[in-house]
Amino acid sequence: MSAHIAPRSLYFTIFGALMVLTGVTVGITYVDLGAASLPAAMVIAVFKATLVVLFFMHVRWSGRLVQVTVMTSLVFLGILFFHILSDYLTRGWLGVAGR
Amino acid sequence: MPNGHADTAHHPALQHHFDNLEQQQDAATFGMWVFLVTEVLFFGGMFMAYTLYRYWYPDGWVAASHHLNVLLGAFNTAVLIGSSLTMALAVRAGQLGERRGQVLFLVLTILLGAVFLGVKVVEYADKFEHHLVPGPNFLFDDARYARPAQIFFSVYFAMTGMHALHMIIGLGLLTWLLLNAIKGRFTREWNTPVEVVGLYWHFVDIIWIFLFPLLYLVGHH
Repeated sequence: MSAHIAPRSLYFTIFGALMVLTGVTVGITYVDLGAASLPAAMVIAVFKATLVVLFFMHVRWSGRLVQVTVMTSLVFLGILFFHILSDYLTRGWLGVAGR
Repeated sequence: MPNGHADTAHHPALQHHFDNLEQQQDAATFGMWVFLVTEVLFFGGMFMAYTLYRYWYPDGWVAASHHLNVLLGAFNTAVLIGSSLTMALAVRAGQLGERRGQVLFLVLTILLGAVFLGVKVVEYADKFEHHLVPGPNFLFDDARYARPAQIFFSVYFAMTGMHALHMIIGLGLLTWLLLNAIKGRFTREWNTPVEVVGLYWHFVDIIWIFLFPLLYLVGHH
């Protein structure tokens, strides 16, 4: 496949969106969102990362092989977090001695 | 079957085990992505440690995070996003075979990367001055949180330090790209190194996109 050449304006639009989202991330830190503040910050960060991956890193126009490879990283990260957290976050549940 | 040897007039950058430049670029891009997957897991381990300690010491995390300068962190985030823009434009200039544009955008990317590291030096110096570097000289104003705060700063230095190391390696690669771009080595047909280093540079940007809110923006309301 020949490389897709995105218009310059698209890159500037993505840059603008990333800057605005950075401002929003800082902004919500000074608002009391309670327990929702960390998830909110992470949702914004994931969205920003997705913009970078899709457009700056050309994954939107990449072949299937690259797209699947990118998704693989999320699968491995999910395994890492799921199995470690399923241990640590549940240790207090049963009250067993020596937990 | 076309191959590098049969075609005597092939591109000088084409290696003999590839059919053509397109296939060579696809292989290189794929290789960089596989490396980046391992990098996601490398940083993932540190994000995992961060998650557990924050879960165990939520109050200590807030207290320690307040000692980071949000303004400098936000400024550096903007600088790094800007450098990703100039990197993307350098890759685009390469795709179009615009040598002058490519040199300009590579120089801008290097400058923005250097600004980021410069700000990081200022921040690290400040932490040394205020005894916030983990170790025998660590001092925390709120004794209740001295232990978790030391853990926070261990995580802070480990993650931002590894990130900064990636930036330094990236600046080395960018300098090498710049020298080759000035010599006119990259053409419309072949700019694979620019493309591949670009992927690496954007990845380092993504790591910072997560580090900034997780380290600097913990409970300021």
